[in-house]
Amino acid sequence: MTGRVVALVANPTRAVYAALIATLAIGWALVAFDGGTFTLNDLVGIQQRSAALGIVAIGQTLAILAGSLDLSVAYLISLVSLVAAETMAGQSSNILTAVVVALGVSALVGLVNGVVITKLKVHAFIATLGVALVIRGVLDHLYDGPAGRVPVEFQQLGYSRVGPVPVAAILWAAVAVGVWFLLRRTRFGNRVYAVGGDVEVARLSGVRTDRVVIAAHVLCSLCAGVAGLLLASRLGAGAPTVGTDGGYDLESIAAVVLGGTALAGGRGGVAGTVGGVLLLAVLDSVFNQLEVNSFFKDVVRGVVIVVAVAVYARRTGRRAS
Amino acid sequence: MEDTNQKPAESAQVILRMTGIGKSFLGIRVLRGIDLSANAGEVHAVVGENGAGKSTLMKILAGVHQPDEGTVEIGGTTRSFAHPVEAQRAGVAIIYQEFNLLPERSVADNVFLGREPTRRGLVDRAAMEEATARLLDELDEHGFGPRDLVKDLSVAQQQVVEIVKALSVDARIVVMDEPTAALAEHEVELLYRLIRRLQGRGIAVLYISHRLREVFDLADRVTVLKDGAHVATVPAADVTTAELVKMMVGRELDAYFPPRADASAVGEVRLTLAQAGNAKLDGIDLELRAGEIVGVAGLQGSGRSSLAKAIFGAEPFTRGEMTPVRPASVREGVAAGIGLVTEDRKAEGLALNQPVRDNALLVARAIGHRSRTAVSDLLRRVQLSPPREETEVKYLSGGNQQKVVLAKWLTVAPKVLLFDEPTRGVDVGAKAAIHDLMREIAGAGTAILMISSELPELIGMSDRIVVLRDGRVAGHLPAGATEEAVMALAAADEAAA
Repeated sequence: MTGRVVALVANPTRAVYAALIATLAIGWALVAFDGGTFTLNDLVGIQQRSAALGIVAIGQTLAILAGSLDLSVAYLISLVSLVAAETMAGQSSNILTAVVVALGVSALVGLVNGVVITKLKVHAFIATLGVALVIRGVLDHLYDGPAGRVPVEFQQLGYSRVGPVPVAAILWAAVAVGVWFLLRRTRFGNRVYAVGGDVEVARLSGVRTDRVVIAAHVLCSLCAGVAGLLLASRLGAGAPTVGTDGGYDLESIAAVVLGGTALAGGRGGVAGTVGGVLLLAVLDSVFNQLEVNSFFKDVVRGVVIVVAVAVYARRTGRRAS
Repeated sequence: MEDTNQKPAESAQVILRMTGIGKSFLGIRVLRGIDLSANAGEVHAVVGENGAGKSTLMKILAGVHQPDEGTVEIGGTTRSFAHPVEAQRAGVAIIYQEFNLLPERSVADNVFLGREPTRRGLVDRAAMEEATARLLDELDEHGFGPRDLVKDLSVAQQQVVEIVKALSVDARIVVMDEPTAALAEHEVELLYRLIRRLQGRGIAVLYISHRLREVFDLADRVTVLKDGAHVATVPAADVTTAELVKMMVGRELDAYFPPRADASAVGEVRLTLAQAGNAKLDGIDLELRAGEIVGVAGLQGSGRSSLAKAIFGAEPFTRGEMTPVRPASVREGVAAGIGLVTEDRKAEGLALNQPVRDNALLVARAIGHRSRTAVSDLLRRVQLSPPREETEVKYLSGGNQQKVVLAKWLTVAPKVLLFDEPTRGVDVGAKAAIHDLMREIAGAGTAILMISSELPELIGMSDRIVVLRDGRVAGHLPAGATEEAVMALAAADEAAA
């Protein structure tokens, strides 16, 4: 029995799913005990809420696996929501242009992040923090509040469902599967792991390491851009604080790490991140159902993240000795 | 000394010819006029002290550095490499001392890193694994497979992965930089077999090592470098160890080791172990006296390093007795006057980014010991040259780094000093200096326990030898025991390594 538990925890991806199932079960029991019910609708609600964070976290996974990280995603999300909503200006005929422009802006921000990190050799933490501040400055200067208008058709992205499944969740799943495939089956994926594992080893094996890091950042920012579009469709407009209010920067990093991806890079993957995001979302919904004080909620989330990483660290420590 | 750099080349097929290589860094000339050639199926050893230019020369061959002058010819064509990958494509594979492997990735992933085969644009894992398995098979390696993660392999197995990587790029020249540094005695034999296989395939092996015994075991020719210049290239069969050492250091090192302690120099008991044990050790009895050097021999995994760590308090004993104190932590160990010069000085012995002075004061500051000896005096005592206190330790040679580690312990005047592989990766000249220092420290009243997997060092330095096997004491040997006697005890259960 203990052996099985150890085997389960030995793999962080499996561990996070085990924790997810346990949390669902305990949550369901607690909610039932409390006199409520935990229904399919709640599960769907979880999907709905986690989709935006989920998509950002998938992008963040790429950056972190490549040995980097991205603190600019939250402000980028706000920027994208505004760019998209303003370009659409309530006209459904502008949707395509707006999406292209919004993703173009995202890719550009990712490119800047990547180039500053690789060519100017600025640590990712500072580089992306700097870019985040630049975007914040632009947002503060240009906007006091929500702006632009998203046409009804585009709002479908945020609210409609296919059967019981929200379109947003399908989008999240599609991004996850796409990136999973990229990491598992392409040369680019192999190289992301190599660069994150050891830059020097990758370089001496002929990997153009700078390109890999830049590409990872462009993809990470594109994911943030998609999340920004999703949030704009929900709000019906762009908002300069939608990204930071959601805490997407640190929260996405937390979800990635919770999913067992090493913050130093080179180990982990998309499956763990999806589990990490779901675990955070389930905790959230259970607390909502139980009407737990929101400060207490944060305390629990914080403890969960730290404990998870401590468990993974123990695992790697044991293996090394 | 006859120079044979060119002569045998006429008959055999010359694969590599480096001519007149020169290189400067920041205006300092590190290589000048170096010639080196290698034939198909030849093992060519390159020896010299640290700083002689071996690494720089190999890095030029590997495309890491570009030469300022001279030419590199491979297979008769003059090549210049702007990037390591170009050298790799031209058939040069380098196996560095620190392996270029990704621990978290599979063997096959590592072998094909940077040139993964694809099918319809996607990585063809089946092909990668098949090719890797075939090469492992050819090398008779059945201990692991293409899907195993590198971090789960032993050091020797990781070396095999590096060799497979070299074979998979069809390397014609394989450079091995100190390949045995991290291997246990019995693994060295396996490496020899692998190298002979490479030879059999017509690959030229450039073999860099500090261990001259290996050079004589393996090499057809030896090239000696000194201070960035070519001293000689000779057939290994035509020189003796003494002659080689003389060429390397420019002086005869007739007395390899300082004289042993005579009975009158051995003083009071500094430390006693009685039936001491922990998870890795069992029933250890041992006595260390002031003034003597006790050698510890054993195969890798026999508990050599564990013994040092247990005495030091890093992996404390859980059973048995240790007097005067049995430290439960490093802090207690240090407070009891026990010092450990670790095997891996870069990771465990020094703060590489800090200057010499701060490193020398690490221990004294940690335990709040007010040293009465000035750091400058200590650095003079360990013969750090130049004795600059402000230099960051990472810029020092291996030998000088080890001297700083020694200084670090001498600040607190330890009663017992444990050495784990004191001269690993240290050049011949600095080695002798460290041996002299160890003897001097013992002479000043410190009990020394020295672990070494280099048998000549172990035998040359020790006043007596303790042999460990499977975490227990397998036997004691007096000063001057033979290598055979040590190995017989260390490997009693295995086919004599």
